[in-house]
Amino acid sequence: MKAKIHVTLKQGVLDPQGKAVQNALGSLGFSGVESVRQGKYIEIDLNETDAELAKGAVEGMCQKLLANTVIENYSIEIAD
Amino acid sequence: MHASVIVFPGSNCDRDVKVALAASIGHEPDMIWHGDTDLPKTDLIVVPGGFSYGDYLRSGAMAAHSPIMREVVSRANAGVPVLGICNGFQILTEAGLLDGVLMRNAKLKFICRDVFLRVERTDTLFTSHYTQGQVIRIPIAHHDGNFETDKETLKRLEGDGLVAFRYCDQGGDLTIESNPNGSIASIAGIYNEKRTVLGMMPHPERLVDMLQGGTDGKPMFDGLVEALAA
Repeated sequence: MKAKIHVTLKQGVLDPQGKAVQNALGSLGFSGVESVRQGKYIEIDLNETDAELAKGAVEGMCQKLLANTVIENYSIEIAD
Repeated sequence: MHASVIVFPGSNCDRDVKVALAASIGHEPDMIWHGDTDLPKTDLIVVPGGFSYGDYLRSGAMAAHSPIMREVVSRANAGVPVLGICNGFQILTEAGLLDGVLMRNAKLKFICRDVFLRVERTDTLFTSHYTQGQVIRIPIAHHDGNFETDKETLKRLEGDGLVAFRYCDQGGDLTIESNPNGSIASIAGIYNEKRTVLGMMPHPERLVDMLQGGTDGKPMFDGLVEALAA
């Protein structure tokens, strides 16, 4: 199975990189960009066949390493 | 007194710290490879600066889970003093030994220059050779030094006197200009609850000899040796 993980900054955490991207978009003439938040996308191939077990395992990975839960949220999608 | 310096792939201040410690202790510290699982008998552990694991994922995140870090955490919890400098500070927050997180500098630039720090308290293992409120000049060299916490954590750090150093101007005042990286409350370094673990972004090991242009970092190592050599 494949796990698709998005790691994003929590609301209220300043994202200077997102802000810089937003400014760059503005200077390129893309109007109407109200905010940009930058995050990470991680794909993991697992040999697990049970979706629930796979999700549980990836949950542990996010908690322990993939996200810093002080400042980041994560979401997990399990696909075949 | 015995000190240990942890060496990760990508550490680049390990030998500077070794020289600084050797000058204060009188003999060289043990250099411990990150893949080791055991520490020798040690009175002080230093987690040095650098770019461990190329800062992959997040600064310090991979190193915090190196085999040796389990032993470092266990010794720290048993009361062995730990000093984390720059990347070492990032590693200690990722390992859960210190609060908060070091984010990308507010202006997104890597900053390499001397800054002024105000010593917030002198009744610790690390700062007994400084004076209260003393302004010292120490170099910084980092991209991710913007210290952040949530409001409750900041309140606890301030209330419990766990702020070790703040970025300031030459007169010791905290100004927007004197805060190089956007750190909350101008925080440059913090202690754990027992003040046996110190993490700081500036590099005291880079100013311990007049050949380096100053000695404002030396009192930290001399103070540690005096406190721990007994």
